Amino acid sequence: MTPAGASLLDRLAAIEGKGLAAIGEATDSAALESARVEYLGRNGQLADVMSLIGTVEARARREVGQRANAVKTVLRGALEERAKALEGASRGPRARIDRTLPARERWVGGVHPVTRVIDEICGIFAELGFTSVLGPEIESTWYNFTALNIPLDHPAADMMDTFYLEKDVVLRTHTSPVQARVMEAFRPPVRVVVPGLAYRRDSFDPSHAPAFEQIEGLAVDEGVDFVEFRAAIEHFVHHFFGQGTKTRFRPSFYPFTEPSAEVDVSCTVCAASGCSTCKRTGWITIMGSGMVDPAVFEAVGYDPERYTGYAFGMGPARIAMVRHGIPDMRLLYEGEMSFLQQFA
Amino acid sequence: MNISFNWIDELVGLRGELRDPRVLAERLTMTAAAVEKTENVGAGLDGIVVSRVLEARPHPNADRLTLCKVDRGAGEVLDVVCGAPVIATGGLYPHVAPGGELPAGFRIESRKIRGELSHGMLCSEAELELGRDKGGIMRLADGLEPGTPLAAALGLPDTRLTLDLNPNRVDLACHVGVAREVGGPPAPRDFGGPGWSPEWRDGDSEASGAGVTVRIEDLDRCPRYMAAVIRGVGVGPSPGWLAGRLLAVGARPISNVVDATNYVLHEYNQPLHAFDLARLSGAEIRVRAAVAGEPLTTLDGQEHRLAPEQTVIADRDRAIAFAGVMGGLDTEVTEDTVDLLIECASFDPSGVRRTRTRAGLSTDASYRFERGIDVHAQERALARCVELILATAGGEADLIGLRAGPAPAPVPPIDVRVRRVNQVLGFGLGGAEVRAALEPIGFKAVPGEGGGAGTEGDAGAGGDAAADGAAGVLRISVPGWRTDIAREIDVVEEVARRVGYDAGAGQDRRFRPSAVPADPRVEKAARVRELLTGRGLLEARSLSFMPEDFRGNRAVVSVPNPLSAEESCLRSAMVPVLLRRLEHNYARGNRNVRLFELGTVFGYAAGPGPEGEAAATGRFEESGRAGAIVAGTRRPDHWSGPALDFDLWDLKEIAGSFADRLCGATLVPFDDAVAVDATESGPSLAGPWLSLGGFRAVKDGRVVGVAGAVDAASLDAPPWAAPAFALEFDLAAVEGRPVPAYRKTSPFPAVRRDLSMTLPRGVPAADIERTAREATSDLLRDVRLFDVYSGEEIEGGRLGLAWTFRFRAPDRTLTDQDVESEMSALSTALEKRFGARIRRS
Repeated sequence: MTPAGASLLDRLAAIEGKGLAAIGEATDSAALESARVEYLGRNGQLADVMSLIGTVEARARREVGQRANAVKTVLRGALEERAKALEGASRGPRARIDRTLPARERWVGGVHPVTRVIDEICGIFAELGFTSVLGPEIESTWYNFTALNIPLDHPAADMMDTFYLEKDVVLRTHTSPVQARVMEAFRPPVRVVVPGLAYRRDSFDPSHAPAFEQIEGLAVDEGVDFVEFRAAIEHFVHHFFGQGTKTRFRPSFYPFTEPSAEVDVSCTVCAASGCSTCKRTGWITIMGSGMVDPAVFEAVGYDPERYTGYAFGMGPARIAMVRHGIPDMRLLYEGEMSFLQQFA
Repeated sequence: MNISFNWIDELVGLRGELRDPRVLAERLTMTAAAVEKTENVGAGLDGIVVSRVLEARPHPNADRLTLCKVDRGAGEVLDVVCGAPVIATGGLYPHVAPGGELPAGFRIESRKIRGELSHGMLCSEAELELGRDKGGIMRLADGLEPGTPLAAALGLPDTRLTLDLNPNRVDLACHVGVAREVGGPPAPRDFGGPGWSPEWRDGDSEASGAGVTVRIEDLDRCPRYMAAVIRGVGVGPSPGWLAGRLLAVGARPISNVVDATNYVLHEYNQPLHAFDLARLSGAEIRVRAAVAGEPLTTLDGQEHRLAPEQTVIADRDRAIAFAGVMGGLDTEVTEDTVDLLIECASFDPSGVRRTRTRAGLSTDASYRFERGIDVHAQERALARCVELILATAGGEADLIGLRAGPAPAPVPPIDVRVRRVNQVLGFGLGGAEVRAALEPIGFKAVPGEGGGAGTEGDAGAGGDAAADGAAGVLRISVPGWRTDIAREIDVVEEVARRVGYDAGAGQDRRFRPSAVPADPRVEKAARVRELLTGRGLLEARSLSFMPEDFRGNRAVVSVPNPLSAEESCLRSAMVPVLLRRLEHNYARGNRNVRLFELGTVFGYAAGPGPEGEAAATGRFEESGRAGAIVAGTRRPDHWSGPALDFDLWDLKEIAGSFADRLCGATLVPFDDAVAVDATESGPSLAGPWLSLGGFRAVKDGRVVGVAGAVDAASLDAPPWAAPAFALEFDLAAVEGRPVPAYRKTSPFPAVRRDLSMTLPRGVPAADIERTAREATSDLLRDVRLFDVYSGEEIEGGRLGLAWTFRFRAPDRTLTDQDVESEMSALSTALEKRFGARIRRS
């Protein structure tokens, strides 16, 4: 190769190297543009070399031309890539707005915390084959008391101070009368949970309300025993309160169950170490329960020798209070937006 | 119910871990009755000693103070100023010396009181935290040595367990009862005095002897009345151990005689009463119905006028006590009493309830009588009381005892099938295990008819096979104190309690489905919640009650015994209840309120009520309702621009979705001419709250919901409040969740045409849309109004409406020609029917 051709090839190599460096070092579009002008521009270094190709002897001309084109392609590619990179980096800064400004929010709706507890309880018992049924809130004394083995003149009636609408008509004092209604209407196997409101003449205070939610449960079939009852309740406790929660059953009294049991769970607030929620006992009572008393079966026309069963009742409002740490029951029923919003 | 740990220990000799009161409490909770509380009694009595008052004289400078010389034992005599007016010379009282402390931590020093130096103080029960009695200094019985530590004299400290008794377990209201549950058969204390085994004088309703006559006039009210006579007693303070026991259970020591009756009450559960025999006119006792208007002053000083439903103990001339409730002031035992008549009776539970309810009293005695006492142990209880009085107050008991009324019938035995025990419990118990569970608490079990159970052979047999195969029946004798046990199932519960509610662990049981279908109302409610929470509403719950008239909205069903006027009725609609909640939010300064509630409203049924069991409640009608209320901004405020308030169109969307999506109903303007059957099911859906210009949801010609702006008169709103909108729907109209069938979607583009027109005023927009659909083919997929304008530029007071129509074919791309022919048909129809003038652009 002639000296002229060789020197052009050297220059092309230098242009490629320096050009790539200049493009790579450009930190903004202005620097990149000046690099482009310097190397690829109409009067740039590469154009300068190209204009000299005609001076090279013919047999080397082809090689120099190819080489010049190759450098041009490389530099253009690098330039484009760099431009993209710079554009990407600059897009933020160019449109820099304060993204800590608040979003355009929506009102978020939600169900009441007690509804959520009811839905979860009914859902867990649904896994065990329980269907949800409802019953009337105005009830006869027959269903509310007599069919449940509660004599109207008995100290057990002291436990419930009743709203009477008429001599034989009350606002139901528990959801238990639905037990009798269901058993009258269906033959076993019966497995129901009954959410609903119940009424007692308690004054409205931090731990009582004259109307309150209750969930009744009833399971009746041949061969349902205390062991099965305990297993169902423990299943519920583990799924509702958590696998680590302990359950204990202790003697109690209800006219419509025998044996009767109070169900306590280990306190979820203090992990059973003693707090005000569990009155420092480590246990929270969540339901009254027991095996259905044969007298109830007789009242609804089931054969007590053939069928056995269990029943339970719990207060979702109280459970919601424990679960969310709500100190006063009245808060649940005030309908205050800032309260309800917390559970939405 | 208060139980003394020391007393239980004395009765059964607690062993092992049960010596820890907390363990004892846990055991009782898990097998008998929940222990609510354990607390120390008589802690912090160090340094407080028995002292003798050697001399007592009035304080020279104060009427109500006494100057005492007090012997603290070991020759230490101190001057003490005492605040009690009556201090007996020679009497024994607790004394705390200077430098000592009261249990509350209050330090006592020598100090001058009205010019006289006082060294320490004589203490009342309240100051010693032993009781509530602040009135006087605590008098101690003679016979104690001055200097004896007070705690030792009273048998303290002790631990008091507070039991929450189930209503069927009144037998646990006494120490012997509790002791049985945690130990063997209890061994009551030996009082150290003479015994009393009287010769009984019996009578069907009247018995005489020992100088007195007892007559029951109504055996229904009082099945039995037993009495003992003691003469020549010396009434005074009880000995320390006795006073200590009563203090430990929270009772106030009064005198040795009264305390003896209370001691036996807490020991054996038998209420007893001591009368001052000298005050009984005619030396006779009559148990009778009260005479209307007859007076009686009870021990607590209350004067009562009696009613015939009440039962009294009377002497020849007058009522002297409420039977089974409380004694009378006239015949009470005082320091001057010498001769006693001790009553040990049983009274009818409901009679006692009537007597005490009317008198407004509730006592330890009435509590027990109402729940049932052990009528088979009354002789023993009476003897215990007599012996304790003889031991502490002296005197001589008459050897004749009186028993009026027939002897109680023996408790019938109960046959218990071991198979039945296992059917209910699933514990797989053998007959011997059933026996072993019952016998320590006083039941006796022998093989019953069918025999075989309870023999040594099947002890621990465990498995179901053994229990079933035995066909065993146990004949169970029920102890007299278990008045709650009458049926086989009652014994089953006893077995479960005794073997433990956690027995039979580790067994599996099969899954059982339910034959009862789920109530569809549950899913309907869930659909409503989904719709409304999705629109930013929060669910409220309120109490079903409302005042008779809430800002013009009236309730129908009143509650005869309400808690307050605010809650005097059952709600007749949901919106008024939500309006109260809205006002509550206004009171808290909340302008943005979006609430809904699902619940029951109450009214009276139309037409004749049902027959049979439903007849009682048939007069009433309950309906499920959903109510909702919105007021304030549609969205939270945002810096990019002001948020607009909810208006009628937002409400129309919520109510329209409710009607259409949930009920399959149509929402129409309230004053629309659409023929609507005006009758609504149950209590009225609309109320005065609904202002003119609202909506109705109509389904099959029936109104199933209403919606509209809240009338200003129905709401107490502050000036800054936004307009409020509400709706109320009948939940019965909500349908189950639909399962939509798939419709083919089109891959071909839609063609849009805008059309602007003017119309004479009064043409409903809904009619335009309906006509447009009727005039076109099914290529028209969507009609949307995008502008409504009026004003000067529009000729002749007409109204301008601008619509977008979208056309789309399922199988091809539409041509201009397709769309133009549709648009032309549409325009022609609108021009013809409504006189629309289409604006061609």
